[in-house]
Amino acid sequence: MAQTLFDRIWDAHLVAQRGDGRDLVYMDRHVMHELHAPHAFARLDETGRGVRRPDLTFACQDHTVSTRPGRFDDRPGAATYTDAMRAGTRKFGIKLFDVTDADQGISHVVAPELGIVTPGATYACPDSHACTVGGLGVLAFACGTSELEHVLATQVLALKRPKTMRVVLDGALAPGVTAKDVILRVIAEVGVDGGAGHAVEYAGAAVRALAVEGRLTLCNMAIEMGARNGFIAPDETVFDWLAGRAYAPDGADWDAALSWWKTLKSDDGAVFGREVTIDCSALEPQITWGIDPSHVIGVGGRVPDPAAAPPERQGNMRRALDYMDLRPGDTVEGLRIDRVFIGSCTNSRLPDLEAAAEILRGRKVADGVTALVVPGSSTVKREAEAKGLDRVFIEAGFAWGESGCSMCAGGNGDRGEAGERCVSTTNRNFEGRQGKGVRTHLVGPAMAAAAAVTGKITDVRRLARERA
Amino acid sequence: MEPFRSLTGVAAPMLVDDLNTDQITPVQRKSTLTPDYALMLFSRLRFNDDGTENPDFLLNRPRFRRTKILVSGNNFGCGSSRESAVWAMAAYGIRCVVARSFADIFRENCLKNGVLPVTFPAGDAARFEALAVATDGAAEFTADLEAQEIRGPDGAVFPFDIAPAERIALLEGLDDIGMTLKHTVDVAAFEQTVRAARPWLQETRDRRGA
Ligand code: SF4
Repeated sequence: MAQTLFDRIWDAHLVAQRGDGRDLVYMDRHVMHELHAPHAFARLDETGRGVRRPDLTFACQDHTVSTRPGRFDDRPGAATYTDAMRAGTRKFGIKLFDVTDADQGISHVVAPELGIVTPGATYACPDSHACTVGGLGVLAFACGTSELEHVLATQVLALKRPKTMRVVLDGALAPGVTAKDVILRVIAEVGVDGGAGHAVEYAGAAVRALAVEGRLTLCNMAIEMGARNGFIAPDETVFDWLAGRAYAPDGADWDAALSWWKTLKSDDGAVFGREVTIDCSALEPQITWGIDPSHVIGVGGRVPDPAAAPPERQGNMRRALDYMDLRPGDTVEGLRIDRVFIGSCTNSRLPDLEAAAEILRGRKVADGVTALVVPGSSTVKREAEAKGLDRVFIEAGFAWGESGCSMCAGGNGDRGEAGERCVSTTNRNFEGRQGKGVRTHLVGPAMAAAAAVTGKITDVRRLARERA
Repeated sequence: MEPFRSLTGVAAPMLVDDLNTDQITPVQRKSTLTPDYALMLFSRLRFNDDGTENPDFLLNRPRFRRTKILVSGNNFGCGSSRESAVWAMAAYGIRCVVARSFADIFRENCLKNGVLPVTFPAGDAARFEALAVATDGAAEFTADLEAQEIRGPDGAVFPFDIAPAERIALLEGLDDIGMTLKHTVDVAAFEQTVRAARPWLQETRDRRGA
């Protein structure tokens, strides 16, 4: 029978079925971060249960770390989580990419770039954006803390098999349109819970044409449509990208891996629980106007009228308009902004920074705008600096941070002020996410750069044309 | 895990969709690994910037201070996977959430912490919500997992479905990890197989400069 890629990977990792009917699915890799791991370590201490496979487990310091240049810890209690992470990983023999480590960074950026995850592998991470690594053809599971502890103790997750869903993205992206725009459009079409209970495979010409970094962006936001897993069948683009990475297989292992990886796709005729097809050829840069990632319009569009929406969506839309200080029919283009953040596991990899720098070169951040760029990993930071991108950002008036989550969720204290309008390359425009009362508009990196230099929401293609 | 059998208390209607975990427990600058979780619950909505209570927030109204059942809309608990959202509810005393639907990870987190997630069929959901609104905290509801129903103050009964295994796990407070550890032999056998078939998955090594 024709199989989906999801079935193929799941079945290859099925250890047993538990008495309560749950599948025990083996986790090939487990990467944790300091905001949640310490609680699981404490529980393991209480129960006396050890870590089954410390050698398959890695730890990152990302959520709470300072991202200020030089990274001095100037916040009271800042070290509580990072210290607990150090103690726990030392005790259980887990490899930690600590704050000063050359490989430090956001878990979802670090795991792919070091080749810790590879196609067809399963992956657990106590963070909802675990799905990011699906861009390499990995089946990733975001966990809560109890599940994190479960993986540490057993190396499996006890799961209900999700339904399958395929999102087919047809067409070729126009210049200036990126993976971020595509995924924002997908969430707008599918809704914030349209993927709930489903494992989502992205397919189609627009996906195939994406570089690995774009695929990671696409998969990153699967959770924003309610899907725990988002992934893409791996191909030569992925294999080339992985070759030579620190923890990727090499030699005979590489050859064996490659021949298996090439089998990893959904069969023709495989049946999905749900299929969605979107033609991306006419897509313009997208931006959120509201308070969830499905509140999306093209940058040239107008804020929708709740009265025209289905009754059950109206309350949420009114709350969004109120919070964002917008009225139905408003254009977002031209709205004055206060703050720009480029970073997060969604858009903080090298091509993201390059796209932003391309717009910034020879331009200045507008008066009154605070602009911050935070590379997703220390590796990205080094690579960007080698290309002189830090100079471009700094000369334009951006602060150039050390790697971490920073203002994405403000776990390290980086946040905006109430009432500010913030253009951000992150993944959640929830009320208060970037600081109480902060109004977040999600965009891609070049769009964020365009907003920074004009001081208002701007169609980046206009600036790109000026340059040309 | 603390078993869940039945719970009687006030039901607070927060009838919005997509209530996310950033709202339930905002990321705070914490200097302790064991914060007061009850205080974290809805903290941005419950408290003003100066730390005083926001009197307009539902749970701050006298009748709702002892809320034990939360009633909400679609996609409850979406967003971050942080389990502190469930810990905060349980610490506050809310051990049952009735919602039109739940985000997957949040629902899993409920089941692992003795918190009962309830979804009624569409018609009943609307009737239940209306009753919770009309009752306005003046009388109590009972969420009875053994009987698989919630009983309203006026004698109304709302049956709900839950997977038998989930029901038993909650009723008996089963140890989730303990159940899996019974399969340690299977896990070891699986690892053996993978070591032979796909060895690169069973080892990690920094191959730089090797
Ligand atoms: S960058 Fe943001 S979304 Fe990504 S892991 Fe960090 S806090 Fe979470």
